[in-house]
Amino acid sequence: MPAVTPLGLSFDHVSHGYDIRGEVLPVLDDVSLTIAPGEFVALLGPSGCGKSTLLRLAAGLELPLRGRTEASGQPITGPGPDRILVFQEATLFPWRTVRGNVEAGPEARGELPGKAPRVDEALRLVGLENFGEAFPHQLSGGMAQRAAIARALVNDPRLLLLDEPLGKLDSLTRLNLQKDLIRLWQDRGFTALLVTHDVEEALLLADRVILFSPRPARIIEEVQVARPHPRRRDDPQLIALRSHLLAALGVLEDV
Amino acid sequence: MSDTLETGRGHYAFAESQFHLWRDGLFAAFAWGATSAVTWFLPDVIQWGATGTFAILTGIIALFFLVLAVLPRQRHATLSHYGPWFIVLGLWLLVWEVTTAKLGWLPKPFFSPPQGLLHVYLSNWDRLLICIAYTGRLWGLGFFIGISAGFLAGVGLGWSKRFAYWGMPLLKLIGPVPASAWIPCAFFIFPSTFQASVFLVALASGIPVAILTASGIAQVNRSFYDVARTLGAANRWQVTKIAIPAALPNVFVGLFMGLYYSFAVLVVAEMLGAKFGLGWYLQFNTAYSAYANVYAGLLIMALLCAGLVKLLFSIRDRLLGWQKGIL
Repeated sequence: MPAVTPLGLSFDHVSHGYDIRGEVLPVLDDVSLTIAPGEFVALLGPSGCGKSTLLRLAAGLELPLRGRTEASGQPITGPGPDRILVFQEATLFPWRTVRGNVEAGPEARGELPGKAPRVDEALRLVGLENFGEAFPHQLSGGMAQRAAIARALVNDPRLLLLDEPLGKLDSLTRLNLQKDLIRLWQDRGFTALLVTHDVEEALLLADRVILFSPRPARIIEEVQVARPHPRRRDDPQLIALRSHLLAALGVLEDV
Repeated sequence: MSDTLETGRGHYAFAESQFHLWRDGLFAAFAWGATSAVTWFLPDVIQWGATGTFAILTGIIALFFLVLAVLPRQRHATLSHYGPWFIVLGLWLLVWEVTTAKLGWLPKPFFSPPQGLLHVYLSNWDRLLICIAYTGRLWGLGFFIGISAGFLAGVGLGWSKRFAYWGMPLLKLIGPVPASAWIPCAFFIFPSTFQASVFLVALASGIPVAILTASGIAQVNRSFYDVARTLGAANRWQVTKIAIPAALPNVFVGLFMGLYYSFAVLVVAEMLGAKFGLGWYLQFNTAYSAYANVYAGLLIMALLCAGLVKLLFSIRDRLLGWQKGIL
């Protein structure tokens, strides 16, 4: 697959909330954030703080109550296949095979005819070339998440939104998928926006880590991670950043 | 040799002779043979048709089991699975035969011995076949119209909030109304009694399908729609490729319920001036206290229903193969 033209993303004084029994529960409070095309940004913050909401706004699944969201200068008015969201749960369609799941995007847009080689390639990129005919219930958690990533990649997303996609995986699978994500990001050239609550993961993957306060989420800190890939967990600079971020999150390192 | 070492239930293995005795088959042969002997040798309390034929038939079946019992088991794997059933069936026939025809404890006309039913099948088969055909036409039309309409209504109710707002209370109101209560209405609305009967069968089979399809679609994991929307799917694709396949397990529960209800309502539906049909046959013979015919008709209906249930199961297993491991 050729590399894509990455999307830039900007949130301009965005506030959002949910209507719960007539009262608006504020989730995002005046968030302004610009993400350059091709950048890998990690959003870090306490769970339930509204990071995922930011991804849903970027995907266009919801529109903000106040403020503007733009993708490369165009206002985001709804979902589109150039901005694809990968969820914490793989949410594969259980009635479709792995291949059928990967085909879902092109099929839904009526672009499936002639896309078979692209589907094969997406499966190969995530290492599932031999599991195309398997059903989701036959896959392990890591394989399911790989399939979900292939389902996103086949659409050539220019912005990949990752909502804790590795959050529920065991630590070994996680390490492998982290490497795969970096490789895919480098090869394909998309912009990546990753929500995580794992400080180490954010530092290993992202160019920039953005720290959010508890709900309603505000940006409290931004950290540039100017280290080349592949990164090492025991890199002293990353360890220093990790301590800094944990302190900013109000977490003591000692257990 | 591995196959001689394994001794399953009702399965003796003799290492020297390679002789496999199917023990359940032998017992079944005894049970059916006993029924045959009792039928043949003991006198009937009253005259029943087909006593001799029944004795010969059960005797042949007993011989058949006897032969199978000494044949290699691989030759009849499916049959030997049902061995215990054959034994119980044989014993059931024996008890039935003795308590009705031979001792008269269960008297005529309320009860009929097995040869009574056999007599009905032998003497009345042409009429029964016509009845099956008529019922098949009524049931087929009613059931397929019912489940199609029920499915479409269910999809609408599950998908569209406005449709559900008006439709759901209506469905809940008419759902529990017994089929017979519709008869006056159906008579008035439909130009012919046959159409009214089809309506009753359709209603009985359609309502559970509608309710379960609607609840199935309403229960679909919202994230599936989010995924579909980010992939660029339009509403139509979301309905046909997400909502419906996700709700299919529920739809099949509705179909099974609809199938049973449709059979239950056949008798009522054929009250409406039908001239043939199994439901009509049951009522006609009940009116004449010809209970042997009633039992014979009931048995056919039960077998038809069981066959259709089996068919529906195999369709479900084909369509819902992806569920294996979940269920």
